[in-house]
Amino acid sequence: MKTPPPPVAVRGLVKRYGRTTAVDGLDLDLAAGSVLALLGPNGAGKTTTVEVCEGFLRADAGEVRVLGVDPATAPDSLRARIGVMPQGGGAYPAVHATEMLRLVAACSAHPLDVEWLTCVLGLQGCARTPYKRLSGGQQQRLALACAVVGRPELVFLDEPTAGMDPQGRRVVWDLVEALRRDGVAVLLTTHLMEEAEALADEVVIVDHGRVVAQGSPAALTANTEQQELRFRARSGMDVDDLVAALPAGYGAAEPIAGRYVVRGRIDPTVLSIITSWCARQGALADDVQVARRSLEDVFLELTGRELRS
Amino acid sequence: MTLFPPGTFTPRPGAGSPLRMLAVQSATELRLAMRNGEQVLLTLLIPIVLLVGLSTLDLVPLPEPRIAAVLPGVLALAVMSSAFTGQAIALGFDRRYGVVRRLAATALPRWLLVAGRLVAVLGVVAIQVVLLCGLAVALGWRPAASGLGWALLLLVLGTASFGSLGILLGGSVRAEITLAVANLVWFVLLLAGGIIVPLGLLPGPLAAVGAALPSGALAEGLRATLSAGHAPSATQVLVLLLWTAAASLLAVRTVKLR
Repeated sequence: MKTPPPPVAVRGLVKRYGRTTAVDGLDLDLAAGSVLALLGPNGAGKTTTVEVCEGFLRADAGEVRVLGVDPATAPDSLRARIGVMPQGGGAYPAVHATEMLRLVAACSAHPLDVEWLTCVLGLQGCARTPYKRLSGGQQQRLALACAVVGRPELVFLDEPTAGMDPQGRRVVWDLVEALRRDGVAVLLTTHLMEEAEALADEVVIVDHGRVVAQGSPAALTANTEQQELRFRARSGMDVDDLVAALPAGYGAAEPIAGRYVVRGRIDPTVLSIITSWCARQGALADDVQVARRSLEDVFLELTGRELRS
Repeated sequence: MTLFPPGTFTPRPGAGSPLRMLAVQSATELRLAMRNGEQVLLTLLIPIVLLVGLSTLDLVPLPEPRIAAVLPGVLALAVMSSAFTGQAIALGFDRRYGVVRRLAATALPRWLLVAGRLVAVLGVVAIQVVLLCGLAVALGWRPAASGLGWALLLLVLGTASFGSLGILLGGSVRAEITLAVANLVWFVLLLAGGIIVPLGLLPGPLAAVGAALPSGALAEGLRATLSAGHAPSATQVLVLLLWTAAASLLAVRTVKLR
């Protein structure tokens, strides 16, 4: 049996707006039934990439296949199979939430139950409020409902939790989990590290239209050169002696009296060197913590700390 | 406990039936048009006030029966208001609110996106025609039966030409510009485009321009069919067809999703 084509396969995607290159040779692979987070600062090229995959924008170069189809040449056959949550949603200004959802549902052959979906996403209370008077979070939840109501194979979520309160964000996260569990492939964009870390099987960090890092959240954060170990012990111990005992490249310091930091790859060998050093000084290492890098640390290291317009 | 029982989202993709998509989309747009206060003012109240006012008050000299002289122009105005002005403004703001893209992202094909809007406009026009003609009958209007079929054809052609012009305008420029232009055109054509003042009463050059505009062709055609009971001139039909063709061809190239 032939294996079905992957949900998303992008090779060398280039997209320019006038003289600005928004996407600059980007590769992307989304495996069946998995969740990929495109993570990057504002203007990194995330939305452009997603809109090329949805067939709304035409690539200037590169090869894009979504469910085995070129979205630029066959958008209609593709759109019956995908769910789209555009950035900022989209609905008639005066439409009621259920009316809009019913319209989008009518475009699919086997849609989910509209009433149920409205309730489960907490929109029943505003079912008769005009769209333009819904809060940002309510508009986002309606957009999300529209993206999944047609029971698609692949869902694109462009900043799904932007403008949502923590409860709303929780519902979205649960929903993405349920999509993955039921075998739907999800490509989402976010600039929230926490979100990428919690939801994605694969995180692709983009900046200036290029991939700067990719891998599972664990693999990205386990780049252990940057780990550190903190502990408390009697103050005034000789850290130079500790540095000498550690392998080359490690650092140690006592920034505050009685609190020690060791920087470098923390493995069992290093841990035993530290504890025996303490033992030699007649001290007990207390409150030992290994700080793993967060995805945020990785993100900021790779994309810089200056603000983007 | 999960909100979403296992299997809830198991993929089962596929496009809905085109007929159902068309029905739901045009019904939604029709409801929205009827819910919008400004649109109802434009498409129903103003024509009704003009119909009743001009036929009962002796403000301008008109041949008797006054109602027969007023109705064709008011019907043309009703078509222009809903198919052109109302449609252009609605499309402009729908684009601003991302609805055109939202719908384009579903299995709804592009032709249905336009067809749904046009069917909704035809629905509004049907409501207008029924209400205005009913009111006119109550005011003593007795149409020439031989012209009714022609009048219906003209109303459909007029809706098509004004509708494609409305989509062209509302689909190409920013919502604020659409709002300004659509209202300005409405006002100019109302007074100088053959709608309220028959072309025969306008100065020569203006009358010649008016005859080549959809407003003039529609209003004069309706005057000929409804009052005199004969067929519209070939020129009038041709003018409406040409505007429809030109505006649709241009719209296909220029209309943007947002």
